[in-house]
Amino acid sequence: MVRIAVAGLGKMGISHLSILKAHMDVDVVAVCDTAQYLLDILNKNTGVNVHSDFSRMLDEASPAALVLATPSAHHYEMARTALDRGISVFCEKPLTLAPDQSAELAALAQSRDVVHQVGYHYRFTSTFREVKRLIEADAIGQITHALAEAYGPVVLRPKGSTWRSRRSTGGGCLYDYAAHPINLLNWYFGMPAHVGGTSIGKVFSRDTDDEVYSTLYYDRPAGLTAQLSVNWCDESQRKMTTKLTLWGTNGRISADRQEVQAYLREPCGPLPDYQQGWNMRSTTHLAAPVWFYLRGEEYSAQLDHFVAAVAGRRPGGESCFESASQTDRVIAMLLADDSSDRRPDATAAKGVSRFFAKASAPFFSRQA
Amino acid sequence: MRAKLDRLLFGDNQFFGVNHMSEDKARAQAMRFRDAAAVMEVLDAALDAGVRTFMCTTHDRISAICDRMRANPERYKEFTFYPSMPYAHKYANAVTEEGMFGALKRFLPDEGRLSAILRGGMAVARKDLEGLAAPLMDAEMKMFRGLSTPVIFLQNIVVDLLLGLGAKQAFRIFADQVRDRYRAEPGFITMNMPRLLPVLEEVGIDNPIICANINKLGFRMSGGLEANERVLRSGRFRAIAMSVFASGAIPPEEAIKWVCGQPNIASIVFGASRGANIRHTCELVDRYWPAASQERRALSAGTV
Repeated sequence: MVRIAVAGLGKMGISHLSILKAHMDVDVVAVCDTAQYLLDILNKNTGVNVHSDFSRMLDEASPAALVLATPSAHHYEMARTALDRGISVFCEKPLTLAPDQSAELAALAQSRDVVHQVGYHYRFTSTFREVKRLIEADAIGQITHALAEAYGPVVLRPKGSTWRSRRSTGGGCLYDYAAHPINLLNWYFGMPAHVGGTSIGKVFSRDTDDEVYSTLYYDRPAGLTAQLSVNWCDESQRKMTTKLTLWGTNGRISADRQEVQAYLREPCGPLPDYQQGWNMRSTTHLAAPVWFYLRGEEYSAQLDHFVAAVAGRRPGGESCFESASQTDRVIAMLLADDSSDRRPDATAAKGVSRFFAKASAPFFSRQA
Repeated sequence: MRAKLDRLLFGDNQFFGVNHMSEDKARAQAMRFRDAAAVMEVLDAALDAGVRTFMCTTHDRISAICDRMRANPERYKEFTFYPSMPYAHKYANAVTEEGMFGALKRFLPDEGRLSAILRGGMAVARKDLEGLAAPLMDAEMKMFRGLSTPVIFLQNIVVDLLLGLGAKQAFRIFADQVRDRYRAEPGFITMNMPRLLPVLEEVGIDNPIICANINKLGFRMSGGLEANERVLRSGRFRAIAMSVFASGAIPPEEAIKWVCGQPNIASIVFGASRGANIRHTCELVDRYWPAASQERRALSAGTV
């Protein structure tokens, strides 16, 4: 049994806790949050050990692994505390709010020889995995352009009062939404050489961004460009929708969470299951069944990947800290390139210094 | 009180742009059903085919359907709703916007004791959880006032979240509230049927109504096809099969033939966008599930 502790019981933390408690190889030894009422309800109704002090939880529960789902501004300090003690860490995305800190955590995790993973769940979504397979098989030849999109109905009016509504604490469309398509581009193509024409704007929010548009330029594949188009004020979407479209010399691939559509001009040798012309693959055929399902196979699959690696049953490595820190670097590049204040009606407060602002107090010493 | 379940239930995914195979198809459906009139047209076709139970989420848009049914009681006197609650995206978005505490405050009218609990001033007792559940459930049920709702479902994200957490008593609280407040029978939608049944039994919910994916492909049948078949054979619950066609991934006849051959299926819930598709599904079910056919004929002849 892998002894796991969960820190942070917001939307993602509770969801991870549920999936982990249903995992046959996991013993959830403790959870930690600042909301006493939540700890009280969980302890009484599920019997889980609860803590309001992070360090004490690590001391007393001695977990082998930590699932970290606190507000993003606390990730760096808490992940470092755990890694220093030789604890494996699964951290929600983004890894940190500063690429230097992410790189430091990646190096630390490497040196401690522990398992490390970040919750970029699209890497475990069957359709986006299929796209990875197609790219690696050169299905559409040399890829010349990518369009990476994410839209959803998160902020639909000018209000909001949590850490998610302030960029300084890691809130906003850039960290919350855009990080996902950026991470997929990192997965498929690595780091862009530079970015241009970035606009990180507001629609309704006061203290953070609601839309992100940019062009990413790659040295490899030579001449590849990618456009990023992300907006979380789109009520026409029922929930978050992430979509990727790739154009290459031998055709085109588009994919979302449900479906892959691939058009091949010529058949591709390594892919006998794909024919010339249109090919459709949907999640109903691609998704491997999971032992426990909550909101999507990918959420279970990513935690199983982590648990199996900590238990030494399978090698981990997917969505590792190093790969996630690439995404944080791209986010920093976008912020540095942001020209939204050149818009006639710009209200966005641009500034890398704000972006690097430290959290006011460490999570584990905060009062509920 | 034990509700007699109709063999064929009509689902609502198609009306709200939910499709597990294609976002394009989902959007086309959302556009087609932007008006309540378009939804009513399909529900009328279902009713005329003898499918009179509508299993629907407590989405705001359903209230317009309820209004139309109330306005024509003669036409819809046999019509029955199986609401499934809560409409989860509403709460999830509120939590993102305002945090857990803010979201609860938004949806709960009374601040007194709740507020004290949330601020950590008071321990949370079972009756507090019941006190939290009651106004939330009332708010979701308000749109069905005066209409028949013999079965009320807890929706799958909530069921599976609680199931994973091991918050077993929550199922009992839901069941008790449904029975006491609405004189209805509780139902549970899940993607984890083999795991849920023993938990419901453990908290004293015997022979429960469980709605789960049951399809030939094994699509979203967590725990594997074999474990699902084993628990179906046990016969200790009333199974409602959903995602029978796996969003269109299984050809209709193959899908219906397979599911009708499974043991202890009480009902099949299916969605369709056109009357012709509803009638086609009814014909297939007639062929492979004669009991359902007799029941539906009786319904459309008005003898039940």
